[in-house]
Amino acid sequence: MSLTSAHSVVAPSATSKRVAGTIIVAYALISIVPLLWIFATSFKTPPDSIAYPPKILFQPSVEGYCNLFTTRTRQTPEYINSLGPATGLCDETVRKRNMVIAGPSNFMPRFVNSLIIAFGSTFCAVFLGTLSAYGFSRFKVPLADDLLFFILSTRMMPPIAVAIPIYLMYRELGLSDTALGMILLYTAVNVSLAVWLLKGFIDEIPREYEEAAMIDGYTRLQAFWRTVLPQATTGIAATAIFCLIFAWNEYAFAALLTSGTAQTAPPFIPTIIGEGGQDWPAVAAGTTIFLVPILVFTILLRKQLLRGITFGAVRK
Amino acid sequence: MAEIRVEHLRKAFGDFVAVQDSNFVVEDGEFFVMLGPSGCGKTTTLRMIAGLELPTGGKILLGGEDVTTRRARERDIAFVFQLFALYPHMNVRKNIGFPLLAQGMPGAEIRSRVEETAKLLRIDHLLNKSVSGLAGGDRQRVALGRAIVRRPKCFLMDEPLGTLDTEFRDLMVHELRELHNRIHATTVYVTHDQMEAMSMADKIAVMNHGVIEQFGMPREIYDRPATMFVADFIGSPPMNFLGFGGGLSKGAREIVVQGAKVAVPEVREDVAPAEMALGIRPEHIRFDDASKLRGAIYGTEYLGTTQIVAVETADGIIKARVPAEIRLNPGDHVGLALSSARLSLFAKGSGRAVRTEIHDSASKGRAHHG
Repeated sequence: MSLTSAHSVVAPSATSKRVAGTIIVAYALISIVPLLWIFATSFKTPPDSIAYPPKILFQPSVEGYCNLFTTRTRQTPEYINSLGPATGLCDETVRKRNMVIAGPSNFMPRFVNSLIIAFGSTFCAVFLGTLSAYGFSRFKVPLADDLLFFILSTRMMPPIAVAIPIYLMYRELGLSDTALGMILLYTAVNVSLAVWLLKGFIDEIPREYEEAAMIDGYTRLQAFWRTVLPQATTGIAATAIFCLIFAWNEYAFAALLTSGTAQTAPPFIPTIIGEGGQDWPAVAAGTTIFLVPILVFTILLRKQLLRGITFGAVRK
Repeated sequence: MAEIRVEHLRKAFGDFVAVQDSNFVVEDGEFFVMLGPSGCGKTTTLRMIAGLELPTGGKILLGGEDVTTRRARERDIAFVFQLFALYPHMNVRKNIGFPLLAQGMPGAEIRSRVEETAKLLRIDHLLNKSVSGLAGGDRQRVALGRAIVRRPKCFLMDEPLGTLDTEFRDLMVHELRELHNRIHATTVYVTHDQMEAMSMADKIAVMNHGVIEQFGMPREIYDRPATMFVADFIGSPPMNFLGFGGGLSKGAREIVVQGAKVAVPEVREDVAPAEMALGIRPEHIRFDDASKLRGAIYGTEYLGTTQIVAVETADGIIKARVPAEIRLNPGDHVGLALSSARLSLFAKGSGRAVRTEIHDSASKGRAHHG
């Protein structure tokens, strides 16, 4: 019951700790270099971003961010001089390139689409996954093993293999380029992962807790809500992160099924390259901003995520 | 508080019959223990009384009401689990108050009831502690608190001391019985530990393979085991069996075991010739060189005031409990004298006890107590 101890049987020696530490630091550095590169590029000017040899030290500029959030038109210097003083930092930056801001770009709406679709589908997948996992864990479901295998089997080929049929179905159903369509799709892909992960977590919670609650006068749903859910938070949080990362990063379906109003950020960001030269700082700025929600969400839930990754090894 | 009546209760999981045709009555205020090896159906029976399993057949009556198919929460019973099932995300106070919250009791009343209960169990100083930091005995007290706070019709306990250290267990056995003496709640207690059963129970049901082998007071079960299983399961070391053949006729007072005549309680029924067994408790054996029943000392186990002596006879090893002062050496030949009035006779085939003189008082005792 109170086995809160022991991640490993033998305490690691000082040497093995040092070796492990060195490897981890080296791996972290290797992984973080591309991220730092993107972050740095987002603050470079376009000429700096393609300079060779690459500039490590450079004069920071917000041009990438300005270009990301706006659309601009080229004007003659005479016309720009005829305008009044610049109205902001972006205005000033843009004028140096003989351009004026024409209006906001599509980045913000695309980013909001990403938020709605990723969080919406994560919520649906985790909600359905938790209830199904509880059902599989606690009740005698006829053909439970076969059903669970079927659920798992939906992950056995890459989802993109069914892209064409889904494209045709969505067009027929009017779900193409809608947030609802994308939420349904990502939920369907994620729910199998959610069921399997959460079943593992719920199996670990002794059923005595609900039984005690039911004897004490609660209905099964109340017992589930008050005794199972609070103990399953670790698993739910870990599952939510996995689902969110998938839905947030998904590119192929998004590129295929969304093009306008429901387009998410991943297919949008590359389109920046096409607009008036290869604007790497704007792409990097888009990528940097795109990373923020996952980063925040993961940091908030990092304890649960860690427990989730090592689940089974640590008994509550 | 209420009486629990179980009639022809049966539970099958597919082809496996966990409980078959159980019948017993737990009287109001009685401490009833279901005792048996693991997998004998005792926990399943308890779970059916609680409403956590639905019976395949039979009836359960609680205070005269048929509750066989009623939901757990509608039965007004309390259950103490082996793993205590204390909610780790609540502190002690919330754990104990949890059943009252379900009834929609006002906060102030919950508070006073919880505190009253905690005092009764001497855990009032722990109320604001987290349950995860508690010692085993205190966890058990909190679990008990959650059970008694609601003042239910009866308590069901499933091996509640099973996970405690021996030291704590002895203490809790004492506390549980003391608590029962104070609140007189009808209690059904499941255990595989005969010491717990013998020391706490008013009545015991010994179960094996889904069948109640014997139902009675602890003394009755020990002195007059109804079957060889009960005789073997109860007692440490268990009852010895010596085989003998031939039939028994009503009025017989003597049998022949390994060529030696042994006086037995007067037989009250005729038994057709078959394989039989003579049952002897270890403490009913004395060493007497005059006896024709003989064996060789195999080994001894010193226990302070007594010692357990293993004696090799023609029919295998039997164990005797004799005073510790007697000096014995392995290989010594000894005669075995048996306390005739305390012997049991069994038919080996069915395992059932043969009715003898010792059962005369048993029927009186049973009538007297229930």
